[in-house]
Amino acid sequence: MKESVPRPLLAGLRRHSGYLLFAVVVMTMPAYLNDAYYLSILAFMATRFMMAMGLSLLLGQAGQISLGQATFVGIGAYASAILTTRLAVNPWLAMVVGAVVAALLAGLVGIPTLRLKGYYLAMATLGINEIVHILLVQLKSLTNGTDGISGIPALSVGGLSLGGPKAYHLVVWGIALIMLRFALNLTRSRVGRALRALRRSEPAAESLGVDTSWRKVQVFMLAAVFASIAGSLDAYYVHFVSPESYTITFSIILITGVILGGLGTIWGALWGTLAIVILPELLKRVNEDITNLVFGVLLVVIMVLHKEEGGLTQTLKSRLRRGLRQDGSSASAEER
Amino acid sequence: MVRRIFSEVRPRAAYPAVTFDQFLQYIFSGVTSGSVYALTAMGFTLVFNATHVINFSQGQMVMLGGLIGVALHGAGLPLWACFLGAVASVTLLGVVLERVAIRPLLRKGVLAQIIATVGAAFVFETAAMVAWGREAVTLPAFSGDAPIAVGKATIVPQTLWVVGLTAVIVCALQLFYRRSLFGTAIRACAVNPTAARLQGVSYRNVVLFSFAVSGAVSAAAGVMITPISFMSYSSGALLGLKGFAAATLGGLGNPVGAVAGGYLLGVLEALGIGVVSAGYKDAIAFVILLLVLFVRPAGLLGAKVVNRQ
Repeated sequence: MKESVPRPLLAGLRRHSGYLLFAVVVMTMPAYLNDAYYLSILAFMATRFMMAMGLSLLLGQAGQISLGQATFVGIGAYASAILTTRLAVNPWLAMVVGAVVAALLAGLVGIPTLRLKGYYLAMATLGINEIVHILLVQLKSLTNGTDGISGIPALSVGGLSLGGPKAYHLVVWGIALIMLRFALNLTRSRVGRALRALRRSEPAAESLGVDTSWRKVQVFMLAAVFASIAGSLDAYYVHFVSPESYTITFSIILITGVILGGLGTIWGALWGTLAIVILPELLKRVNEDITNLVFGVLLVVIMVLHKEEGGLTQTLKSRLRRGLRQDGSSASAEER
Repeated sequence: MVRRIFSEVRPRAAYPAVTFDQFLQYIFSGVTSGSVYALTAMGFTLVFNATHVINFSQGQMVMLGGLIGVALHGAGLPLWACFLGAVASVTLLGVVLERVAIRPLLRKGVLAQIIATVGAAFVFETAAMVAWGREAVTLPAFSGDAPIAVGKATIVPQTLWVVGLTAVIVCALQLFYRRSLFGTAIRACAVNPTAARLQGVSYRNVVLFSFAVSGAVSAAAGVMITPISFMSYSSGALLGLKGFAAATLGGLGNPVGAVAGGYLLGVLEALGIGVVSAGYKDAIAFVILLLVLFVRPAGLLGAKVVNRQ
C-alpha cells in the first residue's frame, strides 16, 4: 500500500508535519472547546500571533527592530472602525485599506531610516507610535478621541455572520495559518536567505547582489501589514477601538514576546505569544502593575545572558527545533 | 460621504498674524524646552561617543530626575537639596545600568543593545509608576513665579534658571573634555578605543564615567523643567525621542551639534505651535527627525557615524 503514495508527497508531508499538525489541532478546537472564555483567549492569541510573526520576520530574519508595531495594529483597527461605522464599507475591504495604509506608512518611515544603523529605525518607530497615538486622541472628528469608536460590525461572508465565537475562531486562525505558511516559506526562499545574509554582514550581502535597503523596507512593510490585519480582526471581534490599546507599551510587550519565544524560527513567535498571553494572567494574581516591570527585567536579562551561540533564546530555540523540525535554516538567531 | 467625516475640521484661515511680542514669547518658550532637549541630547552624545550605544532609556532618566526631585521635595528638603539629590540618584542609576546591562553587551551588536536599553526604559517607567503613581506632578519654581516683562512679552524666572544652568553645565562639560587629562582620554576613546587603550586609557572606566555623567546631565534637565512643564512616569519616552531628534539634527556624536540641535528643535517646535496647534506640538520633533534622516542623516554639523553596521 505504501508504494502507492508518491514519494514527493510523503516527503512533503514529513517536511510540513509540524505545520500540518498545528493546523489540524488549532482548526478542530471549536469542535470540542465550548468555553467562551477560552475561545476568546484563543482569538486574542491568534491576532497577537500575527503581530509577533511580522516582528519575528523583521527581528529574527532581517535583524532590524521596530519599537512601534502597535502603530500598525492601531491603523488597521481604526481603518476598519472608521470605514465600517461611518461609510458602511465592507469589513473585508476596510481591512485591506488598513493594510495598505499601514504598508505605506511603514515605507515612509522605513525608506529614510533603513539605510542607516539599526537604532534609527528603532527611534523612528518609537516616534511614530507616539505621534499616531497623539493623532488618535486629537483628531476627534475622525476618531472620537479618547472615547473610541464603538459599534464596529462583525465579519460576514455573503450575509452569513462570522461573529460567533466558533466561526470567528476558524476565520482568525485560518488567516493566522495562512500568514504562518507565508512566513515559513519566506524564510526558506531566496528572500529569506538574502535577509539572513544581510543580518550578518550588509556589505557582504550587498556584494552578492542583495539590495539590502529595499529588502529591509519590504520586510518592515510586511510586518506592518501583518500587524494591521491583526488590528482589524481584533476590532471586528470586540466591536470597539480606543487609543489606549495602541501605545508604545504594547509594542514593547510584543517585542518581549518575540524575544522570549526565540528569534531563530517563525515558530518562536508562537511560544512568545503564549508567553505574553499567559504571563500577565499569572502576574495579575500578584500585582497587575508589575507585569511590565517583569517584562522589562526579562528583556535586559535575556540580552545580558545570551552567549554568541547559547543563552536563553537559543536554548528555547533548540528545544523548539527538536520538537518541530520545521524551519530548515540553521542560521543562528542572534545578530552580531 | 468623505466630506461628512471631516465635517468638524474647520478650514483654517490664512496664517494668523504673529506680532513681534508673540514671536518673542514663542522664542522664550522654545529656548526653555530647547535647553532640556539640548541636555538630553548631550546625554545621548556622551554615551554614544564612548560606546556607540544609543541608550533608549535616556528620556526615562530625565523623567526619573524630575520625579525623584519631586519626591525629595515632598520629604521636606529644600529645593537645592532636591536638585543635588536627584542628580546624585540618577548618576548612581547610570552607573548601575552600565554595570548590569551595558558592559556585558558592548560586543553583542546594535540589536541586543537596543533591546536591553528598551528593557531598562520599561523597568524605569513601570518602577516610577508603581512608586509615585500616574499623576503628573510639579515642583515650585526655584525662585518664585513673578513673571519678568521683556517688552510686551513676559518671561518666568524659571526660564532663566533653566537656560543659565544649561549654559553652566555645557561649559563645565566642555572645559572638562577639552582641558583635563581624563577628558582627553575620553575623547581619545571616542575616536579609537583600541588606540586609546594602547596608550593606557582604561576603556571600562571611560564607559562607566560616561554613563554616570549622562545620568547626571539628564537628571539636572529633569529637575529644572519639572516646575514649568510637569512630570509623570510616562513623560520619558517623548523626552528621549526629542533628545535623540535634537542630537540627530545637530549631528549624532557631536556635542556642539547636540546643544545647537536642542535649541533649534525647541525654537522650531515653539514656532510650530504658533502656526499649527498645541495638540500637535509633539509631532513636530518627529517630523523634523524624519526630514533630517531623509535629507541629511549626518545632521547639520556633521555626525561621527551614520553608516550601516
